[in-house]
Amino acid sequence: MSIASTTQQICFLVLSATTVVGSLGVVLLPNIVYSAFLLGGVFLSVAGLYLLLNASFVAAAQILVYVGAVNVLILFAIMLVNKQETLAVIPGLLVRRLLSGAVCAGLFALLLRVAFTTTWALPGPPPVGEEATIRIGEHLFTDYLLPFELASVLLLMAMIGAIVLARRDVFSTDVITGEPADQGLIEKERTPLLIEKSANEPTLLTKP
Amino acid sequence: MLSTGLMGATVAPPGLDLQSSFIDLAQGMGLTAGAARLLWLPLPMVLVLVGAVVGVLVSVWLERKISAAVQQRIGPEYAGALGVLQPLADGLKLVFKEDIIPARADSVLFSLGPVLVVVPVILSWLVVPFGQNLLISNVGVGIFLWIALSSIQPIGLLMSGYSSNNKYSLLGGLRAAAQSISYEIPLALAVLAVVMMSNSLSTVDIVAQQTGAGILSWNIWRQPVGFVIFWICALAECERLPFDLPEAEEELVAGYQTEYSGMKFALFYLGSYINLVLSALLVSVLYLGGWSFPIPVEWITGWLGVSPDAPLVQVITGSIGIVSTILKAYLLVFFAILLRWTTPRVRIDQLLDLGWKFLLPIALVNLLVTAGLKLAFPVAFGG
Repeated sequence: MSIASTTQQICFLVLSATTVVGSLGVVLLPNIVYSAFLLGGVFLSVAGLYLLLNASFVAAAQILVYVGAVNVLILFAIMLVNKQETLAVIPGLLVRRLLSGAVCAGLFALLLRVAFTTTWALPGPPPVGEEATIRIGEHLFTDYLLPFELASVLLLMAMIGAIVLARRDVFSTDVITGEPADQGLIEKERTPLLIEKSANEPTLLTKP
Repeated sequence: MLSTGLMGATVAPPGLDLQSSFIDLAQGMGLTAGAARLLWLPLPMVLVLVGAVVGVLVSVWLERKISAAVQQRIGPEYAGALGVLQPLADGLKLVFKEDIIPARADSVLFSLGPVLVVVPVILSWLVVPFGQNLLISNVGVGIFLWIALSSIQPIGLLMSGYSSNNKYSLLGGLRAAAQSISYEIPLALAVLAVVMMSNSLSTVDIVAQQTGAGILSWNIWRQPVGFVIFWICALAECERLPFDLPEAEEELVAGYQTEYSGMKFALFYLGSYINLVLSALLVSVLYLGGWSFPIPVEWITGWLGVSPDAPLVQVITGSIGIVSTILKAYLLVFFAILLRWTTPRVRIDQLLDLGWKFLLPIALVNLLVTAGLKLAFPVAFGG
């Protein structure tokens, strides 16, 4: 066995062990912050597996999108709402755990069955290597154009939704002062506020 | 069209190739090809790592001297000639300091945080070219790898901010992550405009595309807006003043570094300076022609009447390449230091406004204009 293939095998074993152990930790650890950081580790080792498959562009995109954006956002959300409180014990916790464990075991069995019954094309098509970036670009703008555009529309909708949720002050203004209601609530929480639901809509009084 | 452009960009003079010479030499001494390659692999890595650390020492010294000059002081004077050994003394002091982990801190995350900040920065040196073949690895995704790796850093910052169990640290960590996420987008868009002109993500191809007519063919003339956007974003990513919000002394003590001491603090310090030098090097690669000399070396050899393929000439051109890359980078480091000691810090809302409401639209327009110019004038903008 040559040095290159031995290195590749060792890397594969280490990366897949990290992925499996890390994802078990994500699910099983009681501390949600540890779970979130471990999730980053799992994403990184999946990127490593992509690298082993000669898909360097996909690996870099995986790091940029999942580690750099998704995982950081998860951490942000956890750290901004992190309350140090002990959760009340839910009744019937053991039954719930057993049930979810059974569902996961069933899914795992199904996946194993699929993995063993599928006839994998070994050794598969030759890797395109550095040409992969060009190939991905061609596919995204020809036969995968519709899914690509649909995904971008979905993201745009999510973005608009997030802006609407974050900026309620656009929809409710204090009638007396004319300031955004949320801001007023924070600054003078004791003064009663009359909130007009939509500022732009003409009310009954102003109608001719 | 894309592939022909790529072929055109990759055709360049072969230059100095130490790797193949080393492997030939090792095979001549009776080693197999695999073993020779294995023997070669650690050499450039160690060399670049040492280079990066020496670069940090130099920039720390420059920082001390230039800040002194700005404030009409003398600066370090007695440690070595002109105080050149002062950064080394700083480093020694940090090595011998006691390593303190606060009692209520999360010790595992507290120790892992600084490591996660430094490792991606050092890994990014993989793609910095000092010559046609003088880089660790000419990976195809090149500059994209740097953008991806630099997005790991916020996780380390959040980790150290959270695990310190200190409100200043947590706020600093959150600010740092928010800042680096906001400025990553205009940064990537500015890089994308350059990539579009060179038809390749590889740093070597990006430099090769700028080597036609010496200083006139550098990207800074074709991408002046992109250059400014990239430089502002790089400063923000390095958390340099005017963008050092995460460690604003008046508000946050020292941000996420508040609880750190000894070698763990040194890792943050090292990481930020390595990142500064790396950003300067990448600005010089993307916009200032990388290793190319203001007057093309091929012209000079033509005037002198020597063959550019002669071994001695190749060594000299290689050295000129390394020196001009480093000179360009340190010119930018000088500007960064001068900016740090002459500008006030922006507020957090001004910072986010600048990133999202100014740089992002400008970067998008820059990308669009570059695409239009590339279609209109394929000769000048890499068709």
